[in-house]
Amino acid sequence: MPASAAGVTIESALAKTRGGFLGRLFGRGDEKVTGDWLDSLEEGLLRADLSVSLVDPLMAQLRDLFATGELKTVPKALAAVRETLVAALAGDVRLRGDGKTPRVILVVGVNGSGKTTTAAKLAKRLKDSGERPLLVAADTFRAAAIQQLERWAERVDVPIVSGKPDGDPAAVVFDAVSAATARGNTTVIADTAGRLHTKGQLMEELGKIVRVTARAREGAPDEVLLVLDGTAGQNAIQQARQFTATAAVTGLVVTKLDGTAKGGAVFAIVQELKLPVKLLGVGEKAEDLVPMDPTAFVNGLLPASG
Amino acid sequence: MFEQLSDRLNSTFERLRGRPRVSEGDLDEALRDVRVALLEADVNLKVVRQLIATVRERALGERVLESITGAQQVVKIVHDAIVEMLGGTATPLARAERPPTVVVLAGLQGSGKTTTAAKLANMLRKQGRKPLLIAADVYRPAAIDQLVTLGKQLGVPVRAVDPSRVASDVATIAASAPLEGRDTVIVDTAGRLHIDESMMSEIAEVVAAVKPHEVLLVVDAMAGQDAVDSASAFHARLPLTGLVLAKADGDARGGASLSVRAVTGVPLKLIGTGEKLDALEVFHPDRLAQRILGMGDILTLVERAQEHVDQKTAEEQARKFLEAQFTLDDFYSQLQQVKKMGPLGDLLKMIPGMGAMAKQLPEGPEAERQMRQIEAIISSMTRGERADPTVINGSRRKRIAAGSGTTVSDVNQLLKQFAEMRKLMKQFGSMAKSGRLPRMPGMPRL
Repeated sequence: MPASAAGVTIESALAKTRGGFLGRLFGRGDEKVTGDWLDSLEEGLLRADLSVSLVDPLMAQLRDLFATGELKTVPKALAAVRETLVAALAGDVRLRGDGKTPRVILVVGVNGSGKTTTAAKLAKRLKDSGERPLLVAADTFRAAAIQQLERWAERVDVPIVSGKPDGDPAAVVFDAVSAATARGNTTVIADTAGRLHTKGQLMEELGKIVRVTARAREGAPDEVLLVLDGTAGQNAIQQARQFTATAAVTGLVVTKLDGTAKGGAVFAIVQELKLPVKLLGVGEKAEDLVPMDPTAFVNGLLPASG
Repeated sequence: MFEQLSDRLNSTFERLRGRPRVSEGDLDEALRDVRVALLEADVNLKVVRQLIATVRERALGERVLESITGAQQVVKIVHDAIVEMLGGTATPLARAERPPTVVVLAGLQGSGKTTTAAKLANMLRKQGRKPLLIAADVYRPAAIDQLVTLGKQLGVPVRAVDPSRVASDVATIAASAPLEGRDTVIVDTAGRLHIDESMMSEIAEVVAAVKPHEVLLVVDAMAGQDAVDSASAFHARLPLTGLVLAKADGDARGGASLSVRAVTGVPLKLIGTGEKLDALEVFHPDRLAQRILGMGDILTLVERAQEHVDQKTAEEQARKFLEAQFTLDDFYSQLQQVKKMGPLGDLLKMIPGMGAMAKQLPEGPEAERQMRQIEAIISSMTRGERADPTVINGSRRKRIAAGSGTTVSDVNQLLKQFAEMRKLMKQFGSMAKSGRLPRMPGMPRL
């Protein structure tokens, strides 16, 4: 696997996108705002997957300010946009927990969004910060999903409890929480099967996992992380609505931000559901999961200068 | 999939139809709505702009503003523009003159390549072909195990490559496939980022070594604006021959499919419509456009019926259906057959004008419960009652309810629905007789 540079940061991962479309927006610092420039800005925001329902009012506001002469230079316009976007993403990125052990984190999401990889990376992160995490392979549906997490567990050197193919995922999580109590693990990270949010039965199964987890330890799960594919478009909003309704999602993880996609769909989710984005997946290596930094994230959309 | 796009476009068109004439302002307002609908469906911005410009130009060129059927014309122009963008009619998969036919699957991480590989093997196997799967994803942990497990479920052999010589192994295994009696080779490759130079070189080497007849890019139906950029990058490095739209069974509006086809010119060939290994269908652009515009997809419905329903029974029932001689007995046997065809809601969406009704249907276990209840009620009726429900009086209703473990009001409801259904059938029948319904393949000429 081709290595990304050591110590990848959100900026460096997201910066790959800058040379592209939006990069062209930023010429000299004293450049004047024009109608064309505003059109380009609008295009850039839409192409970053920001929802048209957010972009349209924002652009209307900027065009009004431009018409009245209050908005003259590109740096000023950019600063206004950046401020709006950064403020929209403000939230507590710390993982929840009320001191009871083990802390229980469920990782949920649609197929192929990056749940298994995220679970493993999160285990590594917690281990490096001095915790004693336990991974749980509760995706008993997809062929070889259990093996996939087992290989990861070995790679990041974290213990794992695995379900059996076609077994009951809720029971796997329940048993793992008891096992963690016995072994003295501080945090349990359970990887669940990918499911489309429109599949009633599979969502019901997820609801059951959450309920059974609560029986394993009062107040659990502490954190239900919804993993969103950073390359996803507006459908991510539907996913977030449905998963929140069924599984009481407490935070978001946006993955695959090392490509050219910018994950802009997340703005509408944060606005509507008031869920914080807690972590970002910015590469393929175990350490490529970093806490959300709104300024860096927005800088991936809008270059820092200006 | 596509319902929301279709809802939005339909409400736009409804408003337009409400006008006696379409003014230029009306047209522009409608096009603004179309723009928002397409963007919310993740259609690429460039494609949206082009489509809007095309529609506007054609609408003005055809003088829709002066026409009394202007609104209809606009709908047709939008429909045609979407069909063009999706690429007209279905494009079949290539087949080598001399076996093996080689198909390589490529795509981003998590787009659905491994599942698609297994589904494609299953589809070809059902057509009498003898596929061989090659697991060439040597990077994702357990990706090979995943394909091996799926191959076992299907009874299709799976061969893994040596991580140190992926390209040459793929070529060697593919070349020797006919010796083992396999006529088609499907290569599952690792997911990769289009900007990852060394990984893009790796797959380019695989393709150069194995010289495939099909290089299919698997695109996630939930993908956003970036889908066009990544697909273009894959297209620049690989001789793509087709696209596969994966995970199209959710409620994603699938605009990426419109866009990638439009920008790269590579045809969409297959569409993944469910978790099960038989949920892969040949992609029909013209039918999809009709579904997007809420015009239904009768052809797919008929095909699915042909696949699952006994032909003679179907023709007999279609005749009865249109002549409103359909009895509760027919209804019962149809219920059994419909159950084989897939979720009821999916089927209704394919019928013109039934999309809204599909939304009112319960889903999952609740739908199954209702289905069982209907079955129980009908099977508690006598033969005479099933043939002519009008004889079912109050005391018979009580008996049927007791026999089926339901209530009289459940029985009443079923009978009422059945009566309404027959009324609807009569209307269909007379429409067909007057030639307002097109003849459908597989249906008797009326």
